[in-house]
Amino acid sequence: MIERIFRPMWAFIFRDFHLNRRYFSWVLVFTFYAVVNSATVALIGVATNDFKLLLNLILGVVLWSYLAAMFSEIAQSISYERWEGTLEYTFMAPVSRLVHLTGVSISATGYALMRVVLVVFGLMLLVPFHLGGANLGGIMVVMIVASVAFVGLGLMAAVLPVMSPEHGGPATSIFQGLMLLVSGIYYPVKVLPTWLQPFSMFSPATYALKACRKLLGVDALPKGASFSSQLHGASLRDVLPELGILLIMGCVLIPLGLFIFNRAEHWAKKTGKLKRTG
Amino acid sequence: MTFSNTNSPAIIVEDLKKVFRKRSGFMKSKVTEQWALKGISFTVKDRETYGVLGPNGSGKSTLIRVLSTLLIPDGGSVEILGHTLPKDERWIRQNIGRVSVDAAFYKKLSARENLLYAAQLYGIKPGVAQKRALEILGRLGLKLKRFNDPLEEMSRGMQQKISVARALLINPPLLLLDEPTTGLDPKSRRDVQTYLEEIRKEEGTTIVLTTHDMAEAERLCDRIAFIAHGRIVAEGTADELKLKADTENLEDAFIKITGEKFNDEKEEGEEE
Repeated sequence: MIERIFRPMWAFIFRDFHLNRRYFSWVLVFTFYAVVNSATVALIGVATNDFKLLLNLILGVVLWSYLAAMFSEIAQSISYERWEGTLEYTFMAPVSRLVHLTGVSISATGYALMRVVLVVFGLMLLVPFHLGGANLGGIMVVMIVASVAFVGLGLMAAVLPVMSPEHGGPATSIFQGLMLLVSGIYYPVKVLPTWLQPFSMFSPATYALKACRKLLGVDALPKGASFSSQLHGASLRDVLPELGILLIMGCVLIPLGLFIFNRAEHWAKKTGKLKRTG
Repeated sequence: MTFSNTNSPAIIVEDLKKVFRKRSGFMKSKVTEQWALKGISFTVKDRETYGVLGPNGSGKSTLIRVLSTLLIPDGGSVEILGHTLPKDERWIRQNIGRVSVDAAFYKKLSARENLLYAAQLYGIKPGVAQKRALEILGRLGLKLKRFNDPLEEMSRGMQQKISVARALLINPPLLLLDEPTTGLDPKSRRDVQTYLEEIRKEEGTTIVLTTHDMAEAERLCDRIAFIAHGRIVAEGTADELKLKADTENLEDAFIKITGEKFNDEKEEGEEE
């Protein structure tokens, strides 16, 4: 059990930890950019003197910072291997894809958590806001449950660099961009063109945001609320429908992602696409 | 890890075929087929070093990739250490080591980090792996103070020695070597060749070696197959091949038998 599952799984966490350590300047730059980007978005709320808008923007940047980092790390893991030239060695190791991708996902979640903590600290330094009365514990629970669904989406997107050495990596960014567009991260979904709105139903971020807005108490605030307004966050019971949908999405997307990945791997071995490029 | 059934061949390949299809033209509607392997059959005995000689584009790397479970063939059968592909893919992966012509590593990571990562994929404890890695690298002539240096700071020869160490960390009964000494300086080449002879003697490792280097093939291989255009055109000991071609050296024998020269064409059928 240890030799077949846990040690190989740990190998991916070990590798990613040391890669992040060796590429620390990149990590620092990306994190700095995430903090500054989040603050500039949130400061729009400060400029309009609207506490409700400010909290909506802060929630959007924090949640997206976390989910996008996790999704991106998983989806790009194959691109990194192509870039380094190690993909064939990873794929010929006696490791099941479930163990491989679980290891990658754990590592990605840890990296995303580290980054979101720094983003929150950055926001606290640069943006005047309070969260008194918000159900922060509930928000944590929603983020954890949403992570499962996002791991599934990440696995599906990771297929793209397996199938196309040249275009797969950039295609994962398009996938991520579409989720950002339809999920209503910074705006209500109803402002999207009518034909685009139904797509929001398929993004886990839509439900995660909806639940977090209730737990934060932002939905109960009037438009143009003052910065001293007291928040009244909902309880977890009030967001059970959203949590249920996120759980179902996770239960469907992870096996589906693994299935698609295995099919793509088979296709790549049939067509010779695993060969090193770059 | 050793392969216990010494009476059985280590590898049986029968009528192995691999074709690559390339799409081109308007809407990629035109499909051209390039046969990399056109029905190859051979047997490698247990504890034997079997050489595959051929120019670039002859199908050597495709053959190694099929044996490494990285390519699914389009025909024929492969049996490795008594197990068949693709049915026993996982077992086979656990029991083969591979060294490719390009030392594929995480270049920012140190030799230690790269090797411990690889060893843990095979379920080996880091402590055990580190001890074995140092022993192998010491025997390959690598200065051990370089163990913690990033790969990007090492020469190609050093990187290739670490690649050999990675393949041998699991002490595999079967080693697949795809031009392991190409581009190495004479000292590094000799270090690697000497070590391969030693492990074969000590561990009884079966080796499949593809190479351009005739002297290397003569030194290391019990038997040699000449491969050209995806077919094995001759097989035997170096002396048998020279006798068959009535030539003084192996390179002349290759040219005479295959009508080919060692050139720099890219691997047939595989996209760059």
